[in-house]
Amino acid sequence: MGMIEGIMLTIITAATPLLIAALGELVAERSGVLNLGVEGMMAVGAVCGFAVAFETGEPVLGFLAAIAGGIIMAALFGVVTLIFVANQVASGLALTLFGLGLSGMLGSAYVGRPGVGMGNLDIPVLSDLPLVGALVFGLDPITYVAAALAVAVWWFLFRSRGGLVLRAVGDSHASAHALGYNVIGVRFMAVLFGGACAGLAGGYLSLVYTPQWAQDMTNGRGWIALALVVFATWLPGRVVLGALIFGAVSILQLHAQARDVAVASQFLSMLPYLTTIVVLVIISRNRLLLRVNTPACLGQPFVPDR
Amino acid sequence: MDQAASVATAAGETVLLATDGLTKRFGSLTACDHISLNIRHGEVHALLGENGAGKSTLVKMLYGSLAPDEGRILWEGRPVTISSPAEARRLGIGMVFQHFSLFEALSVADNIALALPPRGRRELADTIRAVSREYGLPLDPSAGVADLSVGERQRVEIVRCLLQEPRLIIMDEPTSVLTPQEADLLFVTLRRLSAEGVAILYITHRLSEVLELAHRATILRRGKLVETADPKAESAKSLAAMMVGSDVGGIKREASGPAATTPRLVLSNLSLPADNPFATTLSDIALTVNAGEVLGVAGVAGNGQSEFFDAISGERPLARDDMMQIDGKPVGRAGVNARRRLGAAFVPEERIGHGAVPGFRLSENVVLTRHGTGEQIARFVIDRRAARDVESRVGERFDVRRSGPDPKASALSGGNLQKFIMGREIDRTPGILVVNQPTWGVDAGAARAIRQALVDLARNGSAVLIISQDLDEIFEIADRVAVLSEGKLSPAQPTETLTAEKVGLLMGGVHHAHDGLPHEENARAS
Repeated sequence: MGMIEGIMLTIITAATPLLIAALGELVAERSGVLNLGVEGMMAVGAVCGFAVAFETGEPVLGFLAAIAGGIIMAALFGVVTLIFVANQVASGLALTLFGLGLSGMLGSAYVGRPGVGMGNLDIPVLSDLPLVGALVFGLDPITYVAAALAVAVWWFLFRSRGGLVLRAVGDSHASAHALGYNVIGVRFMAVLFGGACAGLAGGYLSLVYTPQWAQDMTNGRGWIALALVVFATWLPGRVVLGALIFGAVSILQLHAQARDVAVASQFLSMLPYLTTIVVLVIISRNRLLLRVNTPACLGQPFVPDR
Repeated sequence: MDQAASVATAAGETVLLATDGLTKRFGSLTACDHISLNIRHGEVHALLGENGAGKSTLVKMLYGSLAPDEGRILWEGRPVTISSPAEARRLGIGMVFQHFSLFEALSVADNIALALPPRGRRELADTIRAVSREYGLPLDPSAGVADLSVGERQRVEIVRCLLQEPRLIIMDEPTSVLTPQEADLLFVTLRRLSAEGVAILYITHRLSEVLELAHRATILRRGKLVETADPKAESAKSLAAMMVGSDVGGIKREASGPAATTPRLVLSNLSLPADNPFATTLSDIALTVNAGEVLGVAGVAGNGQSEFFDAISGERPLARDDMMQIDGKPVGRAGVNARRRLGAAFVPEERIGHGAVPGFRLSENVVLTRHGTGEQIARFVIDRRAARDVESRVGERFDVRRSGPDPKASALSGGNLQKFIMGREIDRTPGILVVNQPTWGVDAGAARAIRQALVDLARNGSAVLIISQDLDEIFEIADRVAVLSEGKLSPAQPTETLTAEKVGLLMGGVHHAHDGLPHEENARAS
């Protein structure tokens, strides 16, 4: 495997968890719910995934557990913000803190244990093709799931009736309620989907990206996923692009560090975050674009008047 | 249409929907108190009443978005429980909302699809085109709702309602946002629907519309049904008396005195770019408001009213100082408080969040517009006693009904809060008062008090500028009238020289159609 090929492979691997988590958050935000707890849900997903895979030796069961962990965290958030109408920002921040702490506690027994990894796809002939082989036919299965998820989320939001209802709820919950749609129900499902995605993304970290468990191994990726959703102006295609840019910068700066580039390593480590912030600022400058695509009810609590 | 004709002959004979002792309570307030009325097949049934009379509550129960505490609803004689709007639609009840229930970010077709059972996109688009054309309400299914005018948005609502093939359509103050021409167009559609056997429950507080359109009228007052009357046997005055419970007096207005030639507020070449895709650009506005006069700016919502208000109040400072002068001082780039210090006062359209902070007490809300003006109330520390004095003075003078002394702003009903906010500014005896929608959502008695206060303020030497969508209001109190249409302001003309029709044409934007051809909307109406 050549050098370029290797770099591109790692870029895709770095982008995958961001993409999955961001797609989930995008769906939740399109329905009008701002869940800042992505980081916490990812951490819980990561530890659940690792623990179950370690105990059973089955990575697939690990991924299912990761998804379940994310869903349970999201359900907690949903109950607090949608049913008891608590402030979404505060509840989301609390969810992140809670998730990071909980994952540390659950995972204390697994620190330093060998992980159960998942092999990459290996199709005879196809996977051995030069360059394309490894990049298109030789990735780990979850990467394909992520790609399919991006297409599915796009199709659901903009081509299906369910997606239309979801966007309507995010645009004007009062109108959607007046038409007889179950605003809380739609939002709850969207939040659970966001939790499932965050959990899966966390599981990807502890089972594929670095097959082991360490406290705080999510390392701010949940926050980056949140930022990506805004940077992508709530459009799935742009989330894919954003995840790849962030993945690329974070991998390339590692290579730069390895080659002793005459720039402080601390600065290089900042680069992915810095790039994302700069891109965000540039995008946010176009306020017209942002206003058209922002779900108008984002973060607003809804109480039906019955 | 033979079938339609045969149904029409049956109109007014058989009862489609009846309510029996329908009651809804909110805490200690009984919003609807044992209402029993009936609506017949194919009739236009007006529901009249002041703000807070219980019209909206009643209608929400009929449409299933509120559950009644007591009483029954009978649909064609059978008792039914309408537990949700979906249930209401299944029965054949459609609703056109006052504050549109549309989704701005979605297209016309998507908005309509959301209210109908699933069907193919192309088929739906064709149906929308066909039905909208048939009823004289042309619509482009692929257009984005955010880009539509208010009149067009209402068309979307109506077409959406029609596609559900309802047998009863509930319309909540449909003309409050329309030009007179658009309203006429709507009446044509309603009469046609009525002739086809569709019953219409028409909520309004405009008496002229009841006389023109309705077969019967039910009047509500303070949650109780006063009477179901035959409009043909009534006059606007007698209906108003039933609505308010006493005779409504007019406004005392003397001609403006000789002081009317001292300009106090002068706008020249005022332009302001739109700050978002849904906003209007103001271009080249020139206006002089003199001491002693009330100047009315008419126009349909969405033609730049809020931008115009923001520009004058200083919420959005202008590009050059000379675009606006207060008593001869250029203030175009000055902020809100700088303008207030020169004696100006402003009342925005949105009461909650803009005119008042809902979680603050009224006395605290008093401080909000006086903290930066050098008044005693908040020079270094807040003088709570002075603030409370203002609160009780305004409360008494404008009859603000409060549950106790100095409640939170959110505890007041919309109309009462409007009275308070108007009173708070009038209490400062400003040299210039600018008000956006002075009596929006305020009942007739309170509206009269507010209008009288505005006229009195002007007669004592202030310049009063009101931006209003209510033509009757403008004709009642304004000395001169200008019309805002698509961000352009027509020259102000004395009220005596204008008619509602003339203003209506200006509202439709005819004054800047230089080729003499009327605006599209008006062409259709004529």
